[in-house]
Amino acid sequence: MNINQALVALITQMADDELIIGHRNSEWTGLGPIMEEDIAFSSMAQDKIGHAWALYRILQEHLEGDDPDRIAFLRPAAAFRCCHLVELPIGSYEFSLMRHFLFDHAETIRYNSLYQSSFMPLQQLARKVKGELKYHTLHADAWILQLCKAGEEGHSRMQAALNDCFPLACGIFEPGQADALLAEENIYPGEAALYEQWIENINRVLRKAELTLPEKITPVYGGRKGQHTPHLEALLEEMGEVFRQDPAATW
Amino acid sequence: MNNSLDPRVNRLRLDHTDGPVTIEEGENWNVYEVFHQEKRGAHHEHVGCVHAPDAGMALIFAKEQFGRRKKCVNIWVVRSADILAFDAEDEDMFANNLEKTYRDASGFRVMEKINKFKSQAK
Repeated sequence: MNINQALVALITQMADDELIIGHRNSEWTGLGPIMEEDIAFSSMAQDKIGHAWALYRILQEHLEGDDPDRIAFLRPAAAFRCCHLVELPIGSYEFSLMRHFLFDHAETIRYNSLYQSSFMPLQQLARKVKGELKYHTLHADAWILQLCKAGEEGHSRMQAALNDCFPLACGIFEPGQADALLAEENIYPGEAALYEQWIENINRVLRKAELTLPEKITPVYGGRKGQHTPHLEALLEEMGEVFRQDPAATW
Repeated sequence: MNNSLDPRVNRLRLDHTDGPVTIEEGENWNVYEVFHQEKRGAHHEHVGCVHAPDAGMALIFAKEQFGRRKKCVNIWVVRSADILAFDAEDEDMFANNLEKTYRDASGFRVMEKINKFKSQAK
């Protein structure tokens, strides 16, 4: 694998994660627990789709990628490189919130590591999304603490959500073939380094919320190799339905 | 029968109480007034309100509710109950304002002097 192929693999998996979780979280629009939260969660879902678009644009402009809309709406599930965490249906609100918390802390660490990236387009994007991510984690942390402090039911439901989400969230950091090459070229430090930092950051919040990470889990890998849950195919079916009716149409 | 779809109302379990309803701290949400600042140094202007369990969450909600479009550099939230205001019937205290034009600052002619000073300063 050469450096450009490694970059394409890295950016594709980042973008696919953002697109799919953005689409999933947007499914809460109109159904959020209260109006204020509905607006905040929907708005952050849009941010995620924006990040996906920006990453697909980098592929198009610098790495001979296809048009972002075509990448998003026309690829079959097996061509996607997202992790299983983002594919799962929205479930209960505590599941979606916990997924949002774990994912956004992971995203923050990943983009922070790109501030020093030798690949300038990624470095620029990382600086651009900094403020958005700061808000996303602020929002996630506040909800986790709020619900864990709200009594026995709140705390036990959040702990159960964490137990469900954590092995899936570890899949964000599925080791890639080109990790060493990308680290060598100072593109980013590789999944293992990001994972360590992520555990440290989420633990800081989880301790305050009196939640504990489940032990002896098996990380859910496979997404980065194109192996997915059946939920992804159903999601893609729905997401691209209108676009596929006339892929050449201008909007 | 309590048929509300609002979880804040349902939490109160209005159907299940014999005696008076007591609301525990944090059980019912407060209304917070939101003030947004368009640029540093400018006044914070009132833009609306949000419901939230505490001030921290109110600020988080207000950011997306009132700060996601156009320019905004900061937001204040304050519990509506903490704002002291006159009663509507006290509006008569302000009734004669329009007659007291001698209190208007509009009579002073200063722009000529300011412009003269500016041109000298160049």
